[in-house]
Amino acid sequence: MLQFIIRRLIYAVATMFAISVVSFVIIQLPPGDFLTSYAASLAQQGDAIAPEQLEALREAYGLGQPIYIQYLKWISGVLRGDFGQSMEWRAPVSSLIWDRMGFTVMISASTILFVWAFAIPVGVYSATKQYSIGDYFFTFLGFLGLAIPNFMLALVLMWIGFSVFGQNVGGLFSPEFENAPWSLAKFLDMLSHLWIPLLVIGTAGTAGLIRTMRANMLDEINQPYVETARAKGLKEGRLIWKYPVRVALNPFVSTVGYALPELVSGVIIVAVVLNLPTVGPLLLRSLLSQDMFLAGAIVLLISIMTVIGTLLSDILLAWLDPRIRLD
Amino acid sequence: MDMNSSLQKGQTARQADEQAGPQELPGDYSIDETTIEEKISIATPRQLMWWKFRKHRVAVASLFVLAVFYVVGFIGAEFFSPYDPNAFSAAYKFVPPMGISFIDAEGNFSLNPGVFRVESERDPNTLREIWTTDYSTWYPIHFFVEGVPYKLFGLFETNIHLFGLGEEAEGMPIFLLGSDRLGRDMVSRVLYGARISLSIGLVSVFLSLFLGILLGGVSGYYGGWIDNVIQRVIEFIRSIPSLPLWMALSAALPPEWPQEMRYFGITIILSVIGWTGLGRQVRGRFLALRNEDFVLAARLGGARDMRIILRHMVPSFMSHIIASLTLSIPGVILAETALSFLGLGLRQPVISWGVLLQEAQNIRTVALSPWLMLPGLAVVITVLAFNFLGDGLRDAADPFSR
Repeated sequence: MLQFIIRRLIYAVATMFAISVVSFVIIQLPPGDFLTSYAASLAQQGDAIAPEQLEALREAYGLGQPIYIQYLKWISGVLRGDFGQSMEWRAPVSSLIWDRMGFTVMISASTILFVWAFAIPVGVYSATKQYSIGDYFFTFLGFLGLAIPNFMLALVLMWIGFSVFGQNVGGLFSPEFENAPWSLAKFLDMLSHLWIPLLVIGTAGTAGLIRTMRANMLDEINQPYVETARAKGLKEGRLIWKYPVRVALNPFVSTVGYALPELVSGVIIVAVVLNLPTVGPLLLRSLLSQDMFLAGAIVLLISIMTVIGTLLSDILLAWLDPRIRLD
Repeated sequence: MDMNSSLQKGQTARQADEQAGPQELPGDYSIDETTIEEKISIATPRQLMWWKFRKHRVAVASLFVLAVFYVVGFIGAEFFSPYDPNAFSAAYKFVPPMGISFIDAEGNFSLNPGVFRVESERDPNTLREIWTTDYSTWYPIHFFVEGVPYKLFGLFETNIHLFGLGEEAEGMPIFLLGSDRLGRDMVSRVLYGARISLSIGLVSVFLSLFLGILLGGVSGYYGGWIDNVIQRVIEFIRSIPSLPLWMALSAALPPEWPQEMRYFGITIILSVIGWTGLGRQVRGRFLALRNEDFVLAARLGGARDMRIILRHMVPSFMSHIIASLTLSIPGVILAETALSFLGLGLRQPVISWGVLLQEAQNIRTVALSPWLMLPGLAVVITVLAFNFLGDGLRDAADPFSR
């Protein structure tokens, strides 16, 4: 087990290195170096920057030096928690993203829990009651969930919320709690807003996972060991949950690694529509204004978060299913 | 039946020999048992696939829906749309969809459908324009009316549009799906948008296919370290969320690029990240086929690698590839829609469904003019249809199973 974890860890670190290279390339993509555009945008606002200061910044970021030195300077800063300066906000990137990152992780994690809590029982139900009306209903729902773009569903829910209930369903807090310090009331207020993003982001992921769970269950449910248990007089409900479900869960856990990146993509775009305080809207804005250090940092952190999530699900799988460890 | 005969026409002489004899159309279930069995035993793989595909009713219906979409939007958008998609009319902003009515103002039934007149007034408090329907004035819809000139199929100069309103409407335009903030007709815009949205899926998937067959093929055929490298790359791409990458890459497209360049830029960005699924499929197939006897026979016969791959291996899994190709089109369409919706993909004046949905981005517009979300319905139908079609094709790709 330990060996397995170590191997996965090494692999994850290698992936993170590749991610950092991609993020650095993204920062470098816009034409011209960012200091020139930084100076230009300052000048536009009638706010000149002293040549010495510009030179000092140039030195700090290693501009004009070979590209790998620039990368090394950037990545060593990142490892110390310094993601560079945000041009648009005139503040260090790290001061802008951390609480938004926190909300992103929170929403992604609770969406996964929501999706699991929904997909597993429904998958089991669909398999045990194959070709029943309920099975067809969930199959149809699944296809629909796959076909409706996340943001479309968010828009429709907002429209319904507005025209039926007469309230704006966007955001994560009511206006009175927006800037309030954390308290029980604020937490409860957040919970009352949280279900919409969960529902919206969850639908797409749930659809696929229900199908997987259903197929796994159908493979297991006719196995001889199930029949044996039934012949011994085990009650049907207890039988299903104790034997085939536990076996069917293993391949299910392994699909989570693929579901996670998709889910994070969903969190980003839904957050833009619903105006959630996550990194989604910030990423969009930074890309539109070519605020590349901010954009690069967000891409980096989001991808690393996904890799960590996948790593955790891999370890969970190995813990559940000893066969994986020997692979 | 129509497709069936064209399918047969496309077959080679050798295949035609094999099915010599019975002239009845295949799948004609009125014939007795023995002939069905005979038919199955002498049918070509292509025929078996077609029969199997036809059993999947939803897939056949989806194929039909998609065919209609492509014909209406792709080939004939100019003819089917009543107006130029960019023509605006300041007097008719945010008009809700006009209902088609077969009952005219006098309450008489008319075979020719028509619409009632709409009038605008201002809300005295909010100064917002409110549209009301005047049920005492009814205008019949005219068919094959003259309008903006265009070139049908890019060849024939004409100005005939499928439908529109006549002189008696006193200049009132017909907005079956409503109008947007500049008074542009949503029907025309959705139809023109179909051209971009439906083509970007095909173009990008073919690019992905090229990359997938090339890299997946190399990976599966040669194996060894090169397989290892390509597999790690695929795993890496799949382990990070694609949307932020797509967003960052399309934001980096130079803003001064003309629209066609932008279109191709987006297509390339979508397929550079999207080829991995197909790459995996192709690799798996190559791995499975590499040790088959007929491949060995070809190799012993002295065929070169390229010939073995293209003449012996690719044809045997092409049907599977086509099925997974169909299943990957929806992803591309959704991705383009999402990017354009965010303002990072295609931009005005280019019209795609995503660009149209951008108009419905804020809660005010959505609440007051929900019909601006209709292009999203087009996306949903298209994606559903492609999914069902792909499902049917996947079943048909292996006609010998059960």
